[in-house]
Amino acid sequence: MKVLVPVKRVIDYNVKVRVKADGSGVDLANVKMSMNPFDEIAVEEAIRLKEKGVAEEIVVVSIGVKQSQETLRTALAMGADRAILIEASDDVHTDIEPLAVAKLLKGVIDEEQPGLVLLGKQAIDNDMNATGQMLAALLGWGQATNAAELAIEGDTATVTREVDGGMQTLKLKMPAIVTADLRLNEPRYASLPNIMKAKKKPLDAKTAADYGVDVAPRLTVVSTAEPKGRSAGVKVADVDELISKLKNEAGVL
Amino acid sequence: MAVLLIAETLAGELAADATGKALSAAKKLGDVTILVAGENAKGAADAAAKLDGVSKVLCCEDPSLGHNLAEPKAALVVSIAGDYEHILAPATIAGKNLMPRVAALLDVMVISDISGIVDGDTFERPVYAGNAIQTVKTSDAKKVLTVRTANFDAVGEGGSASVETISAVENPGVSEWVEDKIAASDRPELTSAKRIISGGRAMASKENFAIIEKVADKLGAAVGASRAAVDSGYAPNDWQVGQTGKVVAPELYIAVGISGAIQHLAGMKDSKVIVAINKDEEAPIFQVADYGLVADLFDVLPELESKL
Ligand SMILES: Cc1cc2nc3c(=O)[nH]c(=O)nc-3n(C[C@H](O)[C@H](O)[C@H](O)COP(=O)(O)OP(=O)(O)OC[C@H]3O[C@@H](n4cnc5c(N)ncnc54)[C@H](O)[C@@H]3O)c2cc1C
Ligand SMILES: Nc1ncnc2c1ncn2[C@@H]1O[C@H](COP(=O)(O)O)[C@@H](O)[C@H]1O
Repeated sequence: MKVLVPVKRVIDYNVKVRVKADGSGVDLANVKMSMNPFDEIAVEEAIRLKEKGVAEEIVVVSIGVKQSQETLRTALAMGADRAILIEASDDVHTDIEPLAVAKLLKGVIDEEQPGLVLLGKQAIDNDMNATGQMLAALLGWGQATNAAELAIEGDTATVTREVDGGMQTLKLKMPAIVTADLRLNEPRYASLPNIMKAKKKPLDAKTAADYGVDVAPRLTVVSTAEPKGRSAGVKVADVDELISKLKNEAGVL
Repeated sequence: MAVLLIAETLAGELAADATGKALSAAKKLGDVTILVAGENAKGAADAAAKLDGVSKVLCCEDPSLGHNLAEPKAALVVSIAGDYEHILAPATIAGKNLMPRVAALLDVMVISDISGIVDGDTFERPVYAGNAIQTVKTSDAKKVLTVRTANFDAVGEGGSASVETISAVENPGVSEWVEDKIAASDRPELTSAKRIISGGRAMASKENFAIIEKVADKLGAAVGASRAAVDSGYAPNDWQVGQTGKVVAPELYIAVGISGAIQHLAGMKDSKVIVAINKDEEAPIFQVADYGLVADLFDVLPELESKL
């Protein structure tokens, strides 16, 4: 079975995001970019499936600017076999929307015919949590979002999901879409020799036009603003003072 | 304009808080019809009909709709979508699972987690873990949205809408429910609680979390956790508060042994009053706390419990 893993290049989760003063967006020039953390988890899960002999080949795909090939190289260094870069913009500030991403991924899937597509549950930049579900819809496949456990037997994927109130287990008919949550696994670091080897692994460069997909956004960003700030309050000396303040000053006890 | 709201149900019952909060957003957009779907949905539909300001309730009962599976439910929503300009659901796990699928089937872009409504096409939503608020305007004729419940007040009862039964559509049959492991608790639910006390990595064990629970019971509070506490197995996953966990805005939020990473703040910084208990006075959580107590939590929590 072939496993496809879409990986997104996003601002590193440790970077403090700065909203531009003119409200036109956030500043992405010269900030550290990394693979979306949930996608690292998805790549790791694919590698584990390969190590168990369940998967034969892992193909990673990234859609965006040319620099996304760095993200693909990271995935190849972790253990993916092959990469596809779909250049869809030359501006690092342009975010390709989940619907367009899903349409491009459908194009890749029509060619590659994977048995399983593992995505992250959410990109930590746009916080949409949508692409996997949209892709499942376009393909007419089953979906399991927020996966915490995954087991494959024959053409069935059994997935335990993190849901409100606890856990839910589903069986999906494969091919299927699974999106990774935080506790599916702990991704490995790429070793130096593997980083070197990854440079020689195949990376196919495509464009959105190759798949005949219009990536024009449906949502126009009218403005981007700083959230309402909160300022530090006061320090209290002990529990008595805390209780007294909560009762008499804040009125919440 | 006609608005369709997908009701949130839990084990077949109406989740009145989540549905009520999404309803207050939906009401700003037009005349609201609520869809209640489930294996047995009549009870939940009757409850939804009583929510204030609902025009009509559609009730759909079918075994395929029993466990919130996205595929049959999306097919059902799409089958009735023609009548509505806006389709909303609360941004719960079930809502986030369902609505992007609905949107893609309708060839529109979903707008996730809206925190504000500017007009019928223009919405506010947090991005980058809440470090920026984007205002987006859609060019799609049909709007498919999920509503960040922490930003809207639940509507109360007082309605008396009619309940109409509709039939299910064919189950795409690509997924199958196996089991739910839902923890029963007498404590309030995180997203509807007026008070929350959360523990972090510093709790150091599952057993120690019991101290937090004791204080919670004294306060009538829900219990939350940081990702580090959940990852370490001290607390169950659905207690996680943050960018990728639950988003809460209670009257009182007490963070115990939590450093205050942006991913955690994203889930709680809209709380009315924030208390931080941390032994490191430099911890970033103090930058958002109204009241900070620099102390060892293992001294503070027992004292707090006895004095409340
Ligand atoms: C993609 C992604 C998503 C994430 N999503 C979330 C999310 O949704 N929610 C979330 O919470 N995190 C999330 N995180 C993790 C986040 O970045 C932090 O790692 C996490 O919040 C840290 O948890 P913590 O504050 O409990 O632990 P730590 O950062 O280790 O802090 C422990 C704190 O306890 C204090 N302490 C230690 N001992 C004591 C004592 N005896 N008494 C009092 N104080 C003490 C310390 O001073 C310290 O401040 C996410 C991370 C990533 C990459
Ligand atoms: N531009 C992209 N390139 C590759 N994968 C993407 C892209 N955008 C989203 N994805 C995938 O879809 C997941 C969910 O993203 P989102 O729906 O934007 O929150 C991510 O974790 C990725 O696996």
